[in-house]
Amino acid sequence: MTQTIGSLTFIGLGLYGTHDLSLRGLHELHESEAVYAEFYTSRLGSFDHHAFEQQIGKPITILSRAQTEGADEILAAARTKHIALLVCGDPMTATTHVDLRLRAAKAGIPTRIIHASSILTAAPGILGLQTYKFGRSTTLAFPQKNFFPTSPYDVIAANLKSGLHTLVFLDIQAENNRYMTATEGLRLILEMGQHLNDTAITDDTLACVVARAGSENPIVAADRIKALVNRDFGPALHILVIPGTLHFIEVDALTAFAGLPPDLGRLLHKL
Amino acid sequence: MGRKEENIAKAKDLMNKLPYIRNIGIAAHIDHGKTTFSDNLIAGCGMMSEELAGKQLVLDYDEQEQARGITINAASASMVHTYQNKQYLINLIDTPGHVDFGGDVTRAMRAVDGCIILVCAVEGAMPQTETVIRQALREKVKPILFINKVDRLINELRLSPEEMQQRFVKIIAKVNELLARFMPEEFKDKWSVKVEDGSVAFGSAFNNWAISAPYMKQSGLSFKDIYDCCQKNDQKSLAKKSPIHEVILSMVITHLPSPDIAQRYRIPHIWHGDLESPLGKAMLNTDEKGPLGLMITKIILDPHAGEVAVGRMYGGKIIRGQEVYVAGMPNKNRVQQVNVMVGADRIPVEWVSAGNIAAVTGVRDAISGCTIVDSPDIEPFERIVHISEPVVTVAVEAKNTKDLPKLVEVLRMISKADPSIQVQINQETGENLMSGMGELHLEITEYRIRNDHKLDIVCSEPIVVYRETVLKTTPQKFEGKSPNKHNRFYVIVEPLPEGVVKALYNNEIPDNVKKFKKEAIKILTDLGMEKDVAKGVFGIHGLNMITDVTKGIQYLFETRDLIKEAFDEVMRSGPIANEPSQGVLVKLVDAKLHEDAIHRGPAQVIPAARNAINGAIVCSDPTLLEPIQRVFISTPQELMGEASRELNSRRSEVKDMTTEGDLVNIDALAPVAEMFGFASAIRSATGGRVLWNTENRGFVPLPRQMQADVIHKIRERKGLKPDPYPPEYYMG
Ligand SMILES: Nc1nc2c(ncn2[C@@H]2O[C@H](COP(=O)(O)OP(=O)(O)OP(=O)(O)O)[C@@H](O)[C@H]2O)c(=O)[nH]1
Ligand SMILES: [Mg+2]
Repeated sequence: MTQTIGSLTFIGLGLYGTHDLSLRGLHELHESEAVYAEFYTSRLGSFDHHAFEQQIGKPITILSRAQTEGADEILAAARTKHIALLVCGDPMTATTHVDLRLRAAKAGIPTRIIHASSILTAAPGILGLQTYKFGRSTTLAFPQKNFFPTSPYDVIAANLKSGLHTLVFLDIQAENNRYMTATEGLRLILEMGQHLNDTAITDDTLACVVARAGSENPIVAADRIKALVNRDFGPALHILVIPGTLHFIEVDALTAFAGLPPDLGRLLHKL
Repeated sequence: MGRKEENIAKAKDLMNKLPYIRNIGIAAHIDHGKTTFSDNLIAGCGMMSEELAGKQLVLDYDEQEQARGITINAASASMVHTYQNKQYLINLIDTPGHVDFGGDVTRAMRAVDGCIILVCAVEGAMPQTETVIRQALREKVKPILFINKVDRLINELRLSPEEMQQRFVKIIAKVNELLARFMPEEFKDKWSVKVEDGSVAFGSAFNNWAISAPYMKQSGLSFKDIYDCCQKNDQKSLAKKSPIHEVILSMVITHLPSPDIAQRYRIPHIWHGDLESPLGKAMLNTDEKGPLGLMITKIILDPHAGEVAVGRMYGGKIIRGQEVYVAGMPNKNRVQQVNVMVGADRIPVEWVSAGNIAAVTGVRDAISGCTIVDSPDIEPFERIVHISEPVVTVAVEAKNTKDLPKLVEVLRMISKADPSIQVQINQETGENLMSGMGELHLEITEYRIRNDHKLDIVCSEPIVVYRETVLKTTPQKFEGKSPNKHNRFYVIVEPLPEGVVKALYNNEIPDNVKKFKKEAIKILTDLGMEKDVAKGVFGIHGLNMITDVTKGIQYLFETRDLIKEAFDEVMRSGPIANEPSQGVLVKLVDAKLHEDAIHRGPAQVIPAARNAINGAIVCSDPTLLEPIQRVFISTPQELMGEASRELNSRRSEVKDMTTEGDLVNIDALAPVAEMFGFASAIRSATGGRVLWNTENRGFVPLPRQMQADVIHKIRERKGLKPDPYPPEYYMG
């Protein structure tokens, strides 16, 4: 067997632009022999590819979905070279990264992870919700021919029943430059309810929207779904939280930071 | 007002008097005289001049039909007949006899309640006689019998009266035997034909006379009178004393059911919607006041009116200017014209009501076999499945490349009008394939493209259509992975049991298994399928089935429609030669799915399932099937050698050989691929003195030693690499 002398380092870019990159990550980039990036599992707002290449002084190869999933190219490179793979958020939150790491391990290629900030903690953080009160998260998919999954509704409903919050990711079709907006997502949830003939979630249900977390001008909002579905939250990325039972500190935070209407706040305090 | 106009007025008047309506078809083996017969009925009722009848062939109005002397299109006509002082409206459909146009017969049977089976007295019951009987009974259409060309028994064969009677007895017995073989349970013993009760008549369509037992009694004519008249060559007087339309239409009125009676038992058979719904009730009761239910059985391309949709009104009324839907299509269509048909003439009317045959224009979405209704989301009629499928294909090219868009449009239009023609349009390669029932079928269609559509085309030599199947069960479940590797499907394929294939073939299992789950499970378990397997069936494609035998896999239901899509794809185009599959049972035995729906969308699930199914097929002794034909040859003794030699050189297998006087009848099976050019070969070998015909008989395995070679050829033609992929290719 040929001795592998390369390695694969997953580097998290964090939430927005390139400024969330850790100093350690930057150092790794300088040390690496080739840099790849993958943006189809998520996307960075205001990422300037060219400027960043100049900053680190080497070219960045952006991988398509098929190239990442197929992984042959990057694994072949990592056999002989020290490779850095830039990903959005914190690596390993996408199953694809775990799969890639497993395959690297199988091929005898050492791997490392440089962590970064993630929407998984940022969204609860910016809203003031307590992370340990989150149940299973879920993703809303763009409906397609023969494909209208309603399991996200079940996940949210089950969490609500146990008083837990749900982090709801929204579909990304990077290849079509299509990013689901918060309003599209909320409408979809209501549609699923009709489809399933279920009333666990209605347009009276409380929901939170976070748009462009990590940027200079994020938007956060908390209100009944019916008050949110017609609002425009600006460019991508968006994420939803459907809160379960709220602690009074959480209610206060939503009121103070996310524009929760005072009457709704008072009502929630009484619960 | 001329007699024709007067009759049209009467016909309009009778349209909603249900007990006085009969919808009938005329069906027979090729050349037994259907069109001559139908023409004479129409003429006898004053809908055309009696002099022209049988010569002009009103119902063979197409130029190709006139030139070749055969019927190609099923044509319909309405006529009025008086019986026992009451007027009746008879809607008649004449059908083609040539096997290549058999699809038209099947579709016509959906529009009628009764059928006259015509048998030539000289030839007797022939293969197509059997086929049309089967087609009629499958639709619960009641048959009666007319033995035609009786004049030839006397004038040409010079049979004695006794010999003639013996021959009739033999024909009737044979027809009853065929009827018994295909009879729906509920009509066993009730629907046989008998001379005594008048459900059998004899005569000469060409000479315009007929006779039946009741009519003999009534008119005082005896069997001997008839014999004498024919012998004296005075059939004119017979036509006066015993005119064909009198005898036959009276027989039709007494023995064939009116629509209100027939729809009671036919609707539950051909429509699987809710019988308690307003439309269900309207159709069971043939109610013109209920919702609209019009089943289209034929699309005619008219140079002036465009596409004319002809079909049977089962419920409600169709009114000029009305807004309608084609079941399953989202758009409203506005009905422009409503007509009744008299031969080539379409007579415009304000409306046509339930129980009649209507021809409408303006319904753009209509295709042959569709259901026209007045509100969206209505259950359509059961698909009309023709017993035989296209087996011959030609590649069609526009001579002028600039005509390509027009060619695509013309091909689409043709397959819409004639569902027995299948077209495959490949935008990328520019190769357009047209498949049909036989060489003649394609030849005529080619002619129409050139002449009717004024398009210059070049066609390849005909090639046969193959099928792919498996001969054994996959030894070990095959794993198919999604591109993102997060989902895995495990599949086993096996040969679908013979009985189930047959039931699918006979359209006994509802297509929409999802909707008719209970019914389907019962039929399948009755056929011996294990309960779990039957319960899991969630898709049918042609003669193939997919079943889910997994237990309690979370989220699997969210991917099921996508798995079905992958299944459909593979069944349309299999891994061996990209030919359609047949007789394959796909079992989903296990699956591992990603927690999050986003990772198991179409782009992931379809390729994964497709790989699993393809891989399983490749591991299960995949085999190519080729179409075969039954070939019937009737040859004089002295040409027996030549005829046999022609057959022997074509991988044929002789099943039966009988001698009748100087004639030898050979009944053989031969691959369609070997039968190309048989027509001219046997004509030149025997000076045209040998009569023959064929009938498609489904698909059988291609001999093993030929498999590899044929597979290579097909793949090469399709621009694929010569060998099918090995299992590893599908493991991903
Ligand atoms: N002698 C005689 N010839 C007949 C009789 N009926 C029809 N024919 C002839 O038989 C031939 C075929 O008649 P058609 O009416 O075209 O037969 P068909 O069944 O409509 O034929 P296809 O539609 O092509 O299957 C013609 O030459 C007719 O003149 C008959 O009663 N006696
Ligand atoms: Mg005819």
